[in-house]
Amino acid sequence: MTSEPATQAPRKREYAGTDTSRLPVWQRALRWETGLVVVLVATLIFGTVRSSDFLNSTTGFYIGLNMGEIAIMALPLMLIVITAEIDLSVASMLGLSGAVMGQLHSQGWPIGLAMVAALVVGALGGALNGVLVARLGLPSIAVTIGTLTLFRGLAEIVLGARTITDFPAWITNIGVVPVPGTQLSYSTVIFLVLAIIFGVVLHATRAGRAIVATGLAPEAAQFAGIRVNRVKFGLFVLSGVMCALAGILFTLKNASVSYDAGTGLELNVVAIVLFGGVSIFGGRGTVIGVVLSVVIFGTLQQVLTQMQVQPEVQNIIIGGLLLVSVVLPNGGEAVRRLRARLRTGPHLARAPGTQRPARAVSSSDSGMKPEEKK
Amino acid sequence: MTTATSALGTRFARGGALLRAREVGIGVVLLLVFGVTTLHNHNFATANSVQQLLSGAALIAMLGVGETLVIVTRNVDLSVGSIVGLSAYVVGDLFKDHPGTPVILGFVVGIAIGAVIGAINGFVTAALRVPSLVVTLAMLYIIRGIDGLIVNGVIITSSNIPNAFIAIGFRTIAGIPWLAIIAFAVVVIVAYAMRSFRSGRDLYAIGSNPEAAALAGVPVARRVFTAFVISGSLAGLAGALFLALHAEVDVTGGTGYELLVVAAVVVGGVAIFGGSGTVVGAALGALLLNTINQALVASRVSAFWNEAIAGALLLLAIAFDRWLSLRVARGLRSAEGAHRDL
Amino acid sequence: MSEQPEEVPRLALDQAAKAFGAVQALVDGSITLFPGEAHALVGENGAGKSTLVKILAGVYQPDSGTLAIDGQPVVLSGPTAARDAGISIIYQEPTLFPDLTVAENIFMGRQPLRVGRRIDRPAMNRSADEIFTRLGVALDPQRQARGLSVADQQIVEIAKALSSNANVLVMDEPTAALTTVEVERLFEVIRALRGEGAAVLFISHRLEEVFAICQRVTIMRDGRFVRTAPAGDITVDEVIRSMVGRDLDVLFPKTQAPVGEVVLQVEQLSREGVLHDISFSVRRGEIVALAGLVGAGRSEVARAIFGIDRRSAGVVTVRGQVLPNGSPLAAMAAGVALVPEDRRQQGLVMDLGIDRNVALASLARLSRFGLISRTRERDMAADWANRLQLKFGRLTNAVSTLSGGNQQKVVLSKWLARDPALLIIDEPTRGIDVGTKAEVHRILDGLVAGGLAVLMISSELPEVLGMADRILVMREGRITAELSRAEADEDQVMRAATGQLKGAAA
Repeated sequence: MTSEPATQAPRKREYAGTDTSRLPVWQRALRWETGLVVVLVATLIFGTVRSSDFLNSTTGFYIGLNMGEIAIMALPLMLIVITAEIDLSVASMLGLSGAVMGQLHSQGWPIGLAMVAALVVGALGGALNGVLVARLGLPSIAVTIGTLTLFRGLAEIVLGARTITDFPAWITNIGVVPVPGTQLSYSTVIFLVLAIIFGVVLHATRAGRAIVATGLAPEAAQFAGIRVNRVKFGLFVLSGVMCALAGILFTLKNASVSYDAGTGLELNVVAIVLFGGVSIFGGRGTVIGVVLSVVIFGTLQQVLTQMQVQPEVQNIIIGGLLLVSVVLPNGGEAVRRLRARLRTGPHLARAPGTQRPARAVSSSDSGMKPEEKK
Repeated sequence: MTTATSALGTRFARGGALLRAREVGIGVVLLLVFGVTTLHNHNFATANSVQQLLSGAALIAMLGVGETLVIVTRNVDLSVGSIVGLSAYVVGDLFKDHPGTPVILGFVVGIAIGAVIGAINGFVTAALRVPSLVVTLAMLYIIRGIDGLIVNGVIITSSNIPNAFIAIGFRTIAGIPWLAIIAFAVVVIVAYAMRSFRSGRDLYAIGSNPEAAALAGVPVARRVFTAFVISGSLAGLAGALFLALHAEVDVTGGTGYELLVVAAVVVGGVAIFGGSGTVVGAALGALLLNTINQALVASRVSAFWNEAIAGALLLLAIAFDRWLSLRVARGLRSAEGAHRDL
Repeated sequence: MSEQPEEVPRLALDQAAKAFGAVQALVDGSITLFPGEAHALVGENGAGKSTLVKILAGVYQPDSGTLAIDGQPVVLSGPTAARDAGISIIYQEPTLFPDLTVAENIFMGRQPLRVGRRIDRPAMNRSADEIFTRLGVALDPQRQARGLSVADQQIVEIAKALSSNANVLVMDEPTAALTTVEVERLFEVIRALRGEGAAVLFISHRLEEVFAICQRVTIMRDGRFVRTAPAGDITVDEVIRSMVGRDLDVLFPKTQAPVGEVVLQVEQLSREGVLHDISFSVRRGEIVALAGLVGAGRSEVARAIFGIDRRSAGVVTVRGQVLPNGSPLAAMAAGVALVPEDRRQQGLVMDLGIDRNVALASLARLSRFGLISRTRERDMAADWANRLQLKFGRLTNAVSTLSGGNQQKVVLSKWLARDPALLIIDEPTRGIDVGTKAEVHRILDGLVAGGLAVLMISSELPEVLGMADRILVMREGRITAELSRAEADEDQVMRAATGQLKGAAA
């Protein structure tokens, strides 16, 4: 046998028994989240500088009130984006569910029952998305553009041109008073509870692992017994239900609903999720990141509104933040690649027939792995 | 002889033809819808009504052309609606503040605005390798914001716009509205370029198999960049025409157009995954959607049903495309399988 | 057209060497090609053929050695340079544009133009027709590339090469996925190419084909050139001997384990167009190997048993339990584990850490009240890392940072953690350095001694011969031979795999 070295060139650290050191995965994740914390603190400081009593409970209440529904919709969308799909129908489902609840209530249904009906509608709409994307394998961006239109259209059919406003006063209070004992709006509290649940599920349960694996490596996930299609279907149904919940809260908070409730909000939700560090390519993202992103967006909006900055400029800032949040990681890599190419000369293309998957994320790829021999 | 393929496969296997089965199909559906509606409501077929149909679809058709170029390369441009709004307003503002401005300059300015924004989209997508969904989404926000700032609550009305300009919005030649003619010209020119120039075929190659395209020497980044610039420019042009058509514009100009355009393009047979579809199909898709819209109105179907039907249609179109490609693949595979057992 | 010894070779590669890190993929790669000849390059897996091809393709630059084209020394800086030098590689997986026509595929980027730089479609189609006539095939240039059979796609690739004036065509396992009829057609094409003065480098495991179409044969072994001979001057036996000529005692001595009851029973397993009537069994304590050439259908058998692919006929029984069709979960529950062929795409989630990958198939066991216990996860990973002697930095490092051998250990850990009854392992040591190879073999041997049933798929003869108790040789979706450990040797396996009749001459 040819004399080849028995082992690889020595690695950084030799095998050292049971290495149970704390997880650098947190480290890697925390880099983005740390950035968000910095941005948040900066925003808060900015707000306080502008108006000395910025950091009081009323501000918190209003931020939560404004952002609550969007925040609730961001949670399931985060999971969907982690599986490398997208759901653009979120705001339309918000509108549809609100419309259904309002219509049924105006026809005499008790408000509780009407809410349940709205949630069922959410589940059905989500199931439609789920069947089309997970079972039929249709591209989620196109499908959810279709259901975005469909749901909005159904809301229009349900309500026509009417605006329903007669909701029981005791429940529309959620738009005015905080949860007793706290300074937070009802939607905020619901969001926080849900965020904790989602956080636990995503980071510490089988389901969460399955979701991440589905987004990172669907084929490998299948080979490990994960039902990728089931996972995606379930997430779309979940999204539908939670958007319905958001719709209920939105309607009751405003004490009114018309067919165009929440139009255009989907873009806010997507922006928040992406800014929260969830990768559009799938497989990455933390709940903390999304929560921070929600708070930043809400606070920023509040500060700018108090400064009487027009909503237009706010839009520019949101768009700018979103752009920066994707350009930075990708752009850095692109610049690196450009520099590498200028250094080494003509580009060494990968010959076809070699099964190297195009990887979206660059881990520490030394570029040369032991050749798969024939 | 060609290897054994099922009849279905052969029928759809011919590529490069001037009109694929899909475009013909849309045309047929279009005529059907038109015919059926006219039976219900004879007014649907009057000259006026048809002119309205054509004008109404013209803008979306134009946007569809640009969007097709982008989608063919496996990208998407969600900023077109906001470009329309911004362009329309800036052109209107130009006329308002400088009343003597020649009409042609208005168009130039509109196109230029679109081109600049398209260039930014293209640069970030192609050079910085950022997914176009995110880039154009962010630009949508930013442009809306800029638009809002510029508008500042001031509405441009017809009194601000030179008559010659507004005329483009409603004048006809031989009964065909100017808008439709312009849209038609755009479609024809771009369709021809896509078919007959290497750079056009490059776009299809990029969408069909990006790795193979790079290997074949196609300048991928440059082409994608150009696609976005064209998409932006056409949106800018559409913005100027928007102003001409509506003779007024405020901060909400063009809102929601991006989703409409994507729907039209998909219905028109452009695969959302890239690599196939034509601008002719996209334009027909726009025309079909608009016709259905108006047909519902003409048939006294409550206007409230429009959006739901549009949404359902889009879903049907996507599902149908998928079903079709699966059928063709299965047909070809089993034919090949039978062949293989020799 | 036969070669004349005085002629300047079209291409001459001399003593090329290439290493990747500690792995020396190519030690002495040498080959000469004359115009108008079909030249076979044969060798086992690991012989260095694909590295040599990549050097010719300009994808790799050799660490040492020379390359001369038409007598002139040449340095290929990249794939474009290789293309310009007239070298074209036809890979096993053609890369075409499915949405474009055949003619467009051939001429992408180089379409003939007419006035005003517009594509001259009729001229393009005519040129494509011309090329097809030259090749002696009938393909419609105006037909969409999507749906073309693999054989037809190959023809298109060959046409692509010709259209860019390639005069050296390298065909990498071209017949692996073709039927006999399609192979014959390909041979006609190769004869046509030879007639035009092109040189064809024909890389194949199928020796009967090699002798049917090639004038000369070059044999490689262990990254080195062994010999070149005219096809008429060498026999199949001699070729095989040159290919395999190493000693087999390097392999891990196998411990004889007591063979127990039947764990896996496969009856008439079929998958339309892929597998036909596969029947066999695997018992506790034995290693059954599926041997054969690439494309024989071995991995497909594994996938069908595990449920990743649906079978169209047949029954799979594990420990007496009949497995439902198409359910990996059911297979896992019955005690089946599958270490797949493609480590990076199917075996591991590359961006996740070692601990997460090891835990991926055992999530149920690791969770209490639905919550995954991080400590148990870490302990499981650490335990297996220990047992399999995994070399890593931290347990949480992404598996993409590991060497191939260590990655394979992670995959093994993932499945062994489930304490399976049957381990199906597909290409256990592909892309792994020698030292870890031996470790993996030792691990498998130990498992089998402990009562595990192993179904091993391997393209490496020494591995098959050294590890297996029984060898099932597959060819074109069928089992063509069953050999016991005692009676098997390289000769017999290769013959069964290449469809040779016993004792037949070349």
